[in-house]
Amino acid sequence: MIVIDNLVKYYGSFLAVDQISFEVRKGEILGFLGPNGAGKTTTMKIITGYMPPSAGNVYVDGMSVTEHSLDIRKKIGYLPEHNALYPDMGIMEYLQFIMDAREIPKDKQSKQMQYAIEVCGLTDVLSKNIGELSKGYKQRVGLAQALIHNPDILILDEPTVGLDPNQIIEIRNLIKKIGEEKTVILSTHILPEVEVTCDRVVIINKGKIAAIGTTDDLQKTFKGNDKIEIILKDKIDESIKEKIQKIDGILNITSHNTEEDQSIIKIEVEKGKDPRYDIFQFIVQEKLPLLELKREQISLEDIFRELTVQENLNN
Amino acid sequence: MNFKTIIAIYKKELKSYFYSATAYVVNVLFLLIIGWFFTATLFINGGEATMRPVYSYVPLLFLFFIPAITMKTIAEEKKSNTFELLVTMPINDIEIILGKFFAALTLVLISVLLTFIYVITLSMFGDVDTGEIIGGYLGLIFMASAYISLGIFASSLTDNQIVAFIIAFIFAFFFFIINKITLFLPVGLSRFFEYISIDYHFSNISKGIIDSRDIIYYLSITVLGLYFANFVLESRKND
Repeated sequence: MIVIDNLVKYYGSFLAVDQISFEVRKGEILGFLGPNGAGKTTTMKIITGYMPPSAGNVYVDGMSVTEHSLDIRKKIGYLPEHNALYPDMGIMEYLQFIMDAREIPKDKQSKQMQYAIEVCGLTDVLSKNIGELSKGYKQRVGLAQALIHNPDILILDEPTVGLDPNQIIEIRNLIKKIGEEKTVILSTHILPEVEVTCDRVVIINKGKIAAIGTTDDLQKTFKGNDKIEIILKDKIDESIKEKIQKIDGILNITSHNTEEDQSIIKIEVEKGKDPRYDIFQFIVQEKLPLLELKREQISLEDIFRELTVQENLNN
Repeated sequence: MNFKTIIAIYKKELKSYFYSATAYVVNVLFLLIIGWFFTATLFINGGEATMRPVYSYVPLLFLFFIPAITMKTIAEEKKSNTFELLVTMPINDIEIILGKFFAALTLVLISVLLTFIYVITLSMFGDVDTGEIIGGYLGLIFMASAYISLGIFASSLTDNQIVAFIIAFIFAFFFFIINKITLFLPVGLSRFFEYISIDYHFSNISKGIIDSRDIIYYLSITVLGLYFANFVLESRKND
């Protein structure tokens, strides 16, 4: 559906996007992940036709953005990074303007308006001016604007930024709902967002692609083992550590005692093994005063940090 | 060029003038000031039923009024990020500019046409020279369109409305003052400066003499301003 082919963008002499290539499949929600300034917004601006690439190309349904910009813009709904609204306008008036500017035929307008208002849950606030709305509702109006011409593709640049936790969950659910029918590209630097909403992830750093895949794929590919953390209400000595070491699947143990006379044991686990039950059995057998036992899976966060922070240190 | 999108932008823009105080302030102030000039000159004119002394103040008034109208056209869109929204819709940049241009022109037209009540007043006391009136209004419209296009160009250069106002004022002031400082210039040059000045052409037209050279002058400034504005908007596409 969307092919990004060796995309390069310079701002003056600054290289913002450096030979990015990936595909977005029809009907998927693609998470576009990266630290601030990684080139997410730039890539999105090129796909939406705000500006052309310096080199490379983007194809939407086989059409290139440099040659068929207007046709491609018709297929895309775009929510810019800083929501683009006219505070003086009413919600319906704003959506009406978008429909007129996008040349939606008059006979379809009321149906489309209804659809966008319904999907985005704006019915209760319709009488208000955009300037009077809360941030969450403003974001919904922005989404309604992006949806109103029923585009095949939605491009959302940091749709949840600046919202409170409840609003974030609402917008995420909304995006998921929309994503059932449409192709969505969603940029963010918030990791849980990707894990929750997206089918696939592209991690981008310093204008280059650092990783592509589903969250599961990425977790499998990346080095780093699961960890188990145990907290005991007592200090422990070396002999216990040695005994734990003998349990199958354990690579490495470190422990330290806290000031409150508790001990924290960190266990690194061999890939694909889950010795939690064995450890529990051992603790029961030894009558150790257990406070906590938990597994830490390698998270997207770890992968992200590994990919982006490490590279920044190297430079 | 797509007229539907131009009309969509035009409608939105015109509405926004009436939402903010701009439209009312501009219309009322314009009417008041022109009214003052009208009554002030009415009695000292030796009983001549003419609007010419009134018209002669309009270029000076436009110098302030039109930058105030055009200052937000593009600067405000840039500031509130709606510019990105507009240019990622299937609309060409020039259509955005033209929509805004005609909206501003409409607002000025309303102001200018409201002054027609003074013409009616005048016609009650004496015979008004119809040619002069038609020429005067035609000239005002052409002059306004030149000022507006310069204003939109100025607004495209910045995302700050105040800066846009000042730049537009400087542009307009240049074309306004240029024939008034010719005293200090060599004769050949002074003719040229006179030709490019904005109210030199107006003085012909307001006498009722509609000369194609004057019309061409105003139209070329208008086209040039809009062209430059388009050029500035398109410049985002350069590396």
